[in-house]
Amino acid sequence: MRRWAGAVFPVAAVVAALLVGGVTLALLGADPLEGFRAMIEGAFGSGRALADTTSKAVPLLLVGVGITIAFRANVINIGGEGQIILGALFATIFALAVPDLPAGLMIPALLIAGFVGGAIWGAIPGALKAYFNVNEILSTIMLNIVAVQLMNYLLRGPLIDPAEIEAGTRIPQTMRLAPSGDLPVLLEGTRLNLGAVIAVLFAIAAYVFLWRTTAGFRIRAVGLNPHASRYAGIKVKRSIVAALTLSGALCGLAGVILVFGSESHRFVTDGSSTGFTGNAGFNGIVAALFGGLHPIGTIPASFLFGALLVGANKLQRVVQVPAALVVALNGLVVVFVVSSAIWKRRLEQRYLLEDSAKELVDQPAEVDDG
Amino acid sequence: MAEFFTTAIIVSTVASTFRFATSYLYAAIGETFGQRSGVLNLGVDGIMLLGAFGAYYTVLKSGNLWLALAVAAAIGMLMGLAMAYASVTLQAEQGISGIGFYLFGLGLSDLLFQKLVGTPLPIDGFPNLRIPLLADIPIVGEMLFDHSIIVYGAFLLVPVAAFVLNRTTVGLNIRAVGENPEAADTLGVSVAKVRYFTVILGSTLAGIGGAALATELGIFQQNLTAGQGFIAVALVYFGAWRPLGVMFGALLYGFVAAVVLQLKTLGVIPLGASDLAAMLPALITILALVVAVQRERQPAALTKPYERGE
Repeated sequence: MRRWAGAVFPVAAVVAALLVGGVTLALLGADPLEGFRAMIEGAFGSGRALADTTSKAVPLLLVGVGITIAFRANVINIGGEGQIILGALFATIFALAVPDLPAGLMIPALLIAGFVGGAIWGAIPGALKAYFNVNEILSTIMLNIVAVQLMNYLLRGPLIDPAEIEAGTRIPQTMRLAPSGDLPVLLEGTRLNLGAVIAVLFAIAAYVFLWRTTAGFRIRAVGLNPHASRYAGIKVKRSIVAALTLSGALCGLAGVILVFGSESHRFVTDGSSTGFTGNAGFNGIVAALFGGLHPIGTIPASFLFGALLVGANKLQRVVQVPAALVVALNGLVVVFVVSSAIWKRRLEQRYLLEDSAKELVDQPAEVDDG
Repeated sequence: MAEFFTTAIIVSTVASTFRFATSYLYAAIGETFGQRSGVLNLGVDGIMLLGAFGAYYTVLKSGNLWLALAVAAAIGMLMGLAMAYASVTLQAEQGISGIGFYLFGLGLSDLLFQKLVGTPLPIDGFPNLRIPLLADIPIVGEMLFDHSIIVYGAFLLVPVAAFVLNRTTVGLNIRAVGENPEAADTLGVSVAKVRYFTVILGSTLAGIGGAALATELGIFQQNLTAGQGFIAVALVYFGAWRPLGVMFGALLYGFVAAVVLQLKTLGVIPLGASDLAAMLPALITILALVVAVQRERQPAALTKPYERGE
């Protein structure tokens, strides 16, 4: 019972955000109930809808797990967007450079390339924080901007599909990438692909890493108390860099899946900052928070937020309220979750007090006869 | 390249440096107050977006620029109140709650824009106000004294902010709360009150910064700020928590933006490379952070919620 008491707060946060969403719908002249019905139908209404929701959840899960690893070291990784992009770029460039690899080699190679790309984009702010004391929130945000511009430059220039130049349309996208890199579709006729399996496996691996390995223990120890960790002989700086590197690497995998699991099998953007990622780097933070900053908890959490995003498209079609509503609601969820943490802490404190009180009562009082 | 160094182009580049620096300046000076009192408001970008939309929409409907400014300020104030409640009263982790406020502003401004406006129509901003006599000075006059009132306002804010922070009791309280909240509390300064004040003030200025952006550009679009609010937060570090330093940072950004724009119009840099040029501000910020952090010490209680010991 108590074990789950903490989960009440994120759920309440989502419910509260949805209530605000309902009020907003009403204010904009749409029927809230009809809106919510459309969202639910859009997200869960059919096999195809469920597959879409799952596909949407995959990058959120990988980013969310990445964010979780960083958080556990008490490092805030806001750089998911940039790390996704770098992962996608590394894998895309690999696929363009070595297009003839068979699928059995290509897919693992792409995953490694993306992992490395994201890892580099995570290691930079990690090293800046550990060795130069630069606030990681600011450096990761700046690296997001750098990554977006790099992507725009490469997709409009060196990596652009030659057909786009010939046709004069100049859509910033690559050519159709090597078919051997296509992530196999799991359910015929849907978008659900191998990426979903990869994401879940990495979530489980992250759990094992954090709670069953020494390196993972070090990261959590540093997050809980860097001073004590230092005295215990843990290399704090190294753990911080490791946490952000791994965090970025997982985001990089999300980038690979966004490109090679897409229907167009190209790396496409629209020139805007979220044109490629769909804001997954930020939405992943929401999923991680909702999942209690636990890799396994992030699995259902990312599914829920994937559903919100997919449902929002249906909402837009049915009641003509822009899907941007969901971005605003995600923001509210974040605010509500971190704001309610104070009550969660107080609840835990109360349990602690009750427990120690009970222990005192249970112990036979030592009678001091003098 | 030679044509870049004609007087006319240099004058217009310097003049647009001040224009581009304006929105950063409002937001960053506002953020300086919050950070000096120990609160990191990362939601600036979202607040700027809401302020920008509020101002844009007001001008579109009423044509009244002053009303637009008031609307943007009021939106900023409301967001600041919410932000202060989360960070001060509820002691929410500031790095994350700010991202929540950012997403909220990003989504809501886009939603309202699509629903209430749809196709972007241009608006007229504040007209240029030539300062008599000063504007007639050759070269310098055109660079400095031929701007809209909202640009002058931003630069006037700098000495005012420096004066308030360094020479008034309010400023002393703000700094005390940011350095040592326990001691300030002991001396009878309400930590919560001071922080509510600075966060609401900072967010109001962020709202006005958004309005400055929308009225100077004469347009609104999804994610109009493109991360300006985040850069404003970094500028406070860059300027070592001092209004004058923050101003130099904002001018640097304004200058980079102005030069890039000028080179683009002249066709000196090819279209593709302008994406690379757009990286510059972010790269400069990272370098500036590395340098600034080695040199300066941040307010000791920055991002640390304060709870009275029982």
